[in-house]
Amino acid sequence: MGGVGRATSIDAAGRRRGDGAPRGGGLRRAEARAAWLFIAPWVIGFVVFTAGPMIASLYLSFTEYDVLRPPKPVGLDNYAQLLQDPRLRVSLWNSFFYTALFVPLATLVALCLALLLDRVHRAAGFFRTVFYLPSLTPTVAVGALFLWILNPNVGLINRGLALVGIDGPAWTTDPTWIKPGLVLMSLWSLGGTVVIYYAALRGVPVTLYEAARIEGASAWQEFRHVTLPLISGAIFFTLIVNTIAALQIFDEVYTMYFGQMESGAASNAALFYVIYLFRQAFEFLHMGYASAMAWLLFVLIMLLTAIQLRLSRRWVYYEGR
Amino acid sequence: MTARHRTPKPQLPSRPAVPAAAPSRLRTVWRAVALALLAVALLPAAHGQQLEASGALRVLGFGLPDEIATERVALFEESYPDVDLQLTEGSIDQQQLLTAIASGNPPDVVYLNRADLSTYATRGAVQPLGQCLQDAGMDMGQFREAAVQEVTVDGEVYGVPDFYTVIVLVLNTAALEEAGVPVDEFSTSDWEQLAQWNQALTRNEDGLTRIGFDPKLPEFFPLWVRANGGQLLSDDGRTALLDSPEAVEALEFAAGLHEPAGGRAPFMAFRDTWDFFGAGNQMASDQLAAFPIEQWYVNVLSDVSPDAPIAVKAFTDRQGDPLTYATGSAWAIPTGAANPEAACAFVTTMSSPEAWERAGRARAQLRAEAGGTYTGTYTGNSVADEVIFGELVQPSGDAKFDDAVQVILSVQDAAFSIPANPAGAEFRQAWTDAVNRVLNGEQSAQEALDQAQQEAQAALDAAWEE
Repeated sequence: MGGVGRATSIDAAGRRRGDGAPRGGGLRRAEARAAWLFIAPWVIGFVVFTAGPMIASLYLSFTEYDVLRPPKPVGLDNYAQLLQDPRLRVSLWNSFFYTALFVPLATLVALCLALLLDRVHRAAGFFRTVFYLPSLTPTVAVGALFLWILNPNVGLINRGLALVGIDGPAWTTDPTWIKPGLVLMSLWSLGGTVVIYYAALRGVPVTLYEAARIEGASAWQEFRHVTLPLISGAIFFTLIVNTIAALQIFDEVYTMYFGQMESGAASNAALFYVIYLFRQAFEFLHMGYASAMAWLLFVLIMLLTAIQLRLSRRWVYYEGR
Repeated sequence: MTARHRTPKPQLPSRPAVPAAAPSRLRTVWRAVALALLAVALLPAAHGQQLEASGALRVLGFGLPDEIATERVALFEESYPDVDLQLTEGSIDQQQLLTAIASGNPPDVVYLNRADLSTYATRGAVQPLGQCLQDAGMDMGQFREAAVQEVTVDGEVYGVPDFYTVIVLVLNTAALEEAGVPVDEFSTSDWEQLAQWNQALTRNEDGLTRIGFDPKLPEFFPLWVRANGGQLLSDDGRTALLDSPEAVEALEFAAGLHEPAGGRAPFMAFRDTWDFFGAGNQMASDQLAAFPIEQWYVNVLSDVSPDAPIAVKAFTDRQGDPLTYATGSAWAIPTGAANPEAACAFVTTMSSPEAWERAGRARAQLRAEAGGTYTGTYTGNSVADEVIFGELVQPSGDAKFDDAVQVILSVQDAAFSIPANPAGAEFRQAWTDAVNRVLNGEQSAQEALDQAQQEAQAALDAAWEE
């Protein structure tokens, strides 16, 4: 985009002045300055609030640091401890298990909702709002709300299951069911993904469907060979974003199971990686170790994203490439 | 069961301790005189001296939710008009405190849980208060021993105790009578008997509709261990004692109390449905027969369900002696506080008997205006308690709540606390996780506590070594 704008400006300037090259160079510099000015707030924000703390945490990960006293260098001790910490393994397993359960389910449910939205023409705006509203609910409130919705005795979900003769599980107290319960809770806030899919669906050219129908394609074949390839870019984007978000789940779970000691019966089953990291940093004052944990998670997310990117070549279709 | 374990008869509030038997009138008079003399003797030291203080004073972790807070703050502001008090309201936020300290800009005063204080004290993040207490003429002897133990590290006092929370037994008398369990004899001394009562009191035919006895695990695990003659941590705060036979037996027993309800999962699922702070609470709704609970809950019951059939008794150890687990809050002055003089004036004023008395009077007046009764404020300051319960608390006319006040007062000095140690949160986490593993059926009590012992000791060793 910048390239197009620059060429046009040079042409215009050249035509006016009759000698485009030197004047164009000045203009390029002026445009570059303007561009930097416009992106400066983001760059400053990134350097000060993201890159700076990241570099600091990288340094701290090689130290013993309790926040209250200066950090003491300990080499690779924190990283060695990562390999020996049984709770870290539990928290990592919990996070990946939850992610593996949540991301595909979220993709499927959001896609179904978006397809429904796409069919509802007159009330689409209303339903878009309805689907998106839960995403605006504060996460702490969602946690508190779902403690009730998931309650095995009086919760809405088990009451609903009871209506069809199913004795619902103990979503909040049985360690086996705590993570599936949390996945159900997370589906509450799918509005953002639904809206992205809906926008992608609206962008599929109608002519392609018409062509498919002329060729005698069934509804499933239309979906499989027209819709899916054309929204695969959006699906890929949400897969990446939802995977990263799922691996970093914190607020709701902390509210539900760690805000009060009484609720601690579920502590191991709901001990997600970021919760454990937070506790190490701010409750146990092991900021150096927590920094090493943060970098481990960063590397794991990078690896996962790299794998997803690699695999995307097989199934993501970018129109115009 | 001996008479001293029975729920005491209603008494005048000026008698702060529950006697072994009903005292004679003469003995009562002498006791009142002796207490008055004791209070008078301690008053000069308790009230302290006026300090030189001025300038801005930043306090973190303390809000002004009620007259108990506002009246004490008002006393400070009247006593030190040159101090510009700036409160960051809300309960303590560890992240806020840590970042403030790390950035070299700590508050002047911090209000925090006593259990967390030693973590900061051993790392030099809060100041020892010896000089401050000396300057203010404040005698730590006026504070309850269990509270002082929590704020003392290596013989140095790092905090001034504020509120004092103890645990008592609350019984649903209707449930006990229905099950044929004598209210007067109910106690936690005979564990075999307690298990039988728990079975009899639980209603679990077509689903769980009443829990017999809630042992309140994992949070009250230290109480069960102490009742069995053990303790979680050595008095010097350096050696974990989590795998002792007393602790293992206590965990096996207390965890077993969930069985009549069908185990931990249905127990917790049912408990989560209770309207704990509402008029339909578990005692009023007959969903629970008995449980140990912090004493402030009695005030909740008197407010929201005054007609609920309850009785309050002391938790007792296996020898039959009253026992309670004390927790609470404290005032501390961070290292590097910009205005330590004003900070000292603030912490000593807020915890003084004068401040508590003023707060108590205000609450008593407000309750009277609302047609209610002041049931007292439990402080870490025994001199303040003498005034509050000797002068301000009047019989409500409802015997069960008047009796409750006396029971609560009677256990104040039967309290223990977890000794100060620099790995407070990690130590707590080790035994909490162990209890949860047992409750979830993942490990036996011995296995869980063996693992917790290793974790806790490693955390203590590392923290003391730093």
